[in-house]
Amino acid sequence: MMRIECPWCGGRDETEFHYGGEAHIARPEDPDALSDEAWADYLFMRANPRGVHAERWMHAQGCRQWFNVLRHTASHEVVAVYPMGAPRPDHPETAA
Amino acid sequence: MTGPHRLPAGGRIDRSRTLAFRFDGRRYTGHPGDTLASALLANGVRLFARSFKYHRPRGVMAAGAEEPNALVLLEPGPFAEPNLRATEIELYDGLTAESVNRWPSLRFDLGAATGLMSGLFVAGFYYKTFMWPPSWWNRIYAPAIRRMAGLARAPREPDPEVYEHRHAHCDILVVGGGPAGIAAAHAAAAAGARVMLADERPRPGGSLPDGPERVGGEDGAAWAGRMLAGTSALLLPRTTAFGYYDHNFVALAERLTEGLSPSERAGRPRQRIWHVRARRVVLATGAHERPLVFPGNDLPGVMLARSVTAYIHRYGVLPGNRAVFLANDDSVYAAAREFARHGGEVAAVVDLRVDGTADADGLPVLRGAVPLRTLGRRAVTGIEIESEGAARRIACDLVAMGGGWNPAVHLFSQSRGMLRWDDQLQTFVPGRSAQAERSVGAAAGRFDLEGCIAEGAETGAAFARELGFDAPAPSALPERPHRPAPAQTAPPAGRGKAFVDFQNDVTAADVALARREGMHSVEHLKRWTTLGMATDQGKTSNINGLALMAAGLGVPPAEVGHTTFRPPYTPVPFGALAGRNIAALADPVRRTPMQDWQEANGAVFEPVGQWLRARYYPRDGETMREAVARECRAVREAAGILDASTLGKIDIRGPDAAEFLNRIYTNGWKTLAVGRCRYGLMLGEDGMVFDDGVTTRTGEHRYLMTTTSGNAAAVLDWLEEWLQTEWPELRVYCTSVTEQWGTITVSGPQARALLEPLVEDIDLDPAAFPFLSMREGRIDGVPGRIFRIAFTGELSYEVNLPWRRAAPVWAKLVEAGAVPYGTEAMHVLRAEKGFIVVGHETDGTVTPVDLGMERMLSSRKDFIGRRSLARPDSQRADRKQLVGLLPEDASEVLQEGAQIVETPGATPPVPMLGHVTSSYWSPVMGRGFALALVRGGRARHGDRVWASATTGESRVRIVDPVFYDPEGARLDG
Repeated sequence: MMRIECPWCGGRDETEFHYGGEAHIARPEDPDALSDEAWADYLFMRANPRGVHAERWMHAQGCRQWFNVLRHTASHEVVAVYPMGAPRPDHPETAA
Repeated sequence: MTGPHRLPAGGRIDRSRTLAFRFDGRRYTGHPGDTLASALLANGVRLFARSFKYHRPRGVMAAGAEEPNALVLLEPGPFAEPNLRATEIELYDGLTAESVNRWPSLRFDLGAATGLMSGLFVAGFYYKTFMWPPSWWNRIYAPAIRRMAGLARAPREPDPEVYEHRHAHCDILVVGGGPAGIAAAHAAAAAGARVMLADERPRPGGSLPDGPERVGGEDGAAWAGRMLAGTSALLLPRTTAFGYYDHNFVALAERLTEGLSPSERAGRPRQRIWHVRARRVVLATGAHERPLVFPGNDLPGVMLARSVTAYIHRYGVLPGNRAVFLANDDSVYAAAREFARHGGEVAAVVDLRVDGTADADGLPVLRGAVPLRTLGRRAVTGIEIESEGAARRIACDLVAMGGGWNPAVHLFSQSRGMLRWDDQLQTFVPGRSAQAERSVGAAAGRFDLEGCIAEGAETGAAFARELGFDAPAPSALPERPHRPAPAQTAPPAGRGKAFVDFQNDVTAADVALARREGMHSVEHLKRWTTLGMATDQGKTSNINGLALMAAGLGVPPAEVGHTTFRPPYTPVPFGALAGRNIAALADPVRRTPMQDWQEANGAVFEPVGQWLRARYYPRDGETMREAVARECRAVREAAGILDASTLGKIDIRGPDAAEFLNRIYTNGWKTLAVGRCRYGLMLGEDGMVFDDGVTTRTGEHRYLMTTTSGNAAAVLDWLEEWLQTEWPELRVYCTSVTEQWGTITVSGPQARALLEPLVEDIDLDPAAFPFLSMREGRIDGVPGRIFRIAFTGELSYEVNLPWRRAAPVWAKLVEAGAVPYGTEAMHVLRAEKGFIVVGHETDGTVTPVDLGMERMLSSRKDFIGRRSLARPDSQRADRKQLVGLLPEDASEVLQEGAQIVETPGATPPVPMLGHVTSSYWSPVMGRGFALALVRGGRARHGDRVWASATTGESRVRIVDPVFYDPEGARLDG
């Protein structure tokens, strides 16, 4: 079980958190301007890297705040924790 | 003396006290400090169990957790614990144990006949032998095989024991209380680190008390005790680290009442599961001796060499009188010498290695010899070996084997560390770490005592330094002494069953057969033969199995690799894993304010999330259908009351609340006046219906949203997710107020008359208090709110009261003549009106258009899910759409979930047109009716199709989904 550093509450067990999938997928400003394909891409397509992955987590059994995590999907190493809206931090192992 | 094999002195047992116990009904005695295995061995008992598949006689092979054979059922009745290792059960007075997998008795076992037909039962036999006819598998073959195979039966009664869980954090967790682990714990604790030491044995010392070894002249166990006594390390004896998970999370099972009888342990937890998060982990888990693979190696009387020494030193038991030692490792010579020193006769030391160089030192050594087979029926009476090209027999009652040592790498491997094949040891040892841990001592393939202690101390200190504690700088570790390599495990020379996996009855021939049938991967080998899949997780078998596979394939064992080591290291009871989270504590219980009244008045409940909701209120002798029909009629003809307290309620406030609702809901919210209510539909971004409910504007910047009972938490999460992750600029705050407001729905033509006497300052006249509006006032003197909302189609008032003040109002309304109705009647009444219930009429694949709710979709704004409604798939004409169904046989109530098909009795594959989503008996129509989702259904009103269910096929007519009062004439009473 992973230990995740909540930016508000500190380190807590994974079981206190909700996983929210890939981070930095912004809702399109004007959905109507998108082709069906582009909309489907926003809806369904997600990266599935073996390596460092930017993803959203929420401290469901604590402060209930959403935040972003850089996590290595194979080693489960938590590389960075950063707030919603902040840009993805640079990391040498960052997957394309 | 407790048994003919008990030595006159020695052993770490309390000879001043005698304990009586029973095994298979016979009475024996032993001493405190004995295990069940040692006490039975002392009494000359050699036959402990029958094997899993062939029902072969089995005895004790080992002295610890790796024991594959001597499994017993401890205690009868509710206290029964199946498949415990006799080598780990601490003896107590009155202990009762039974052998497993034998019938009618251990000595005379009918199942042993399978051994005679064993040609049929080779690896993978059930995939081939019992193939025909196919229909026999479930009825005949599988039950018969299951009856014959297996170990102890699971207890049938509930477990009366309690178990608990505990969470802990430490700087350094040391697993294993042997020399290396103790040295590590001591060094780390001395530096000031918070240290936990988990040791599976009752007393620390690891292998030290098993043999004659001394630490600097001091008795090993005394050294262990002294080292720990002066430190702050928390020692957990009888505690097995059974799982190593991510981020140094290690699960421990502490056995708190081991060695106590059921009556002595009453009121105390049986086990405690520790959830430990450690900054560093030291794995000092030791090593297991490797068996040799030769015919008859499973006969009672064949033991591991170091285990023979352990029975002598730990328990004062000499497991045989005349022994042959089979040596593939120099450590066996020491075992032979200990046996001789304690009065045993060493008939021969058979060294499998041609180039063995160990000092014979007076022992009768045969170098380059191999065991051909054991002799004896139920226990060893001798062994046949081949030496210098000739077979010869040696009489003995004990065969002690030592094939080398396998580091216990289970936890290391679970931590996702990479194992490395070591030619010198002929086994896998820890390689590259994946987590913040290090293996030390025998677990790391190091077997010299001084070296193990030095390595442990060095690692403890190094970890402490890493964590910022002041610990001495590293010193050079002693060189690993040269150790002659054991020979690679080779296919047996003699004929007969040579066991690799004793617990699952997998033989060397099975491994060879698997290879011949193309199972070249170690993963295939495992699944085809079940090698390593028994309760012992292959502790004694995995390395031999893969070495045999490698030998057969002619490749190095490193190339064959190993299977995944999985938790638990040793079995953990389900009860321990569940802890206190059972029965009433399994899940939080939520109770409505009216639940006491409902229970007292005979309501029948149904679970809805964590709630129990009153489903119906049967009166004397009423069936469910009669009660529901009466409740429905009361609402349609007079007035009923429903406990709607479980509806999710979310207080939404902030200057941007209206804009937020506009984005979340499909319809528009900016024009809603204060005090007015509106039904809203929420979609997922994929356009599918997610939730629905009525939201009321309670103030200038304030709304009260209601959600379906089961979805309340999910909706709050949904709102928060959008606010926090996508629209942080919106000034909106959401608070769950579900348990602040108790809700009573008063519904029916008499609703107003019934409620009026209780209401002081609200005009209930529909003209003054129109449908879809809210009023605040006092109800029975209590400040509350009333909403004009109707899920039944009748004149309705939804009364919200402070949670704890709702029940008296409920009771007064009942006294005044309101008929309580439950969720079943509510469903009938709403379905008659064609109102959907999320989760009945929707399943995550249904759009508002499918439900005929286009009018709910605003065209003047964007909302979550809107763009998806324009996707080609959302626009298909043949999507499943909501319709009503009337069975041609009016008395019939269709089965929910029944499939809609065009014609009856069609030959599969039958095109599925849809399914029944809700189906009830309607008292007001006097007939059965249903809602359904049917392909292109809206264009098919009037068509006749068939509903096909397990109960049969029924002809039904597709109709409009609104069955009752389509004009809404009854809304205002």
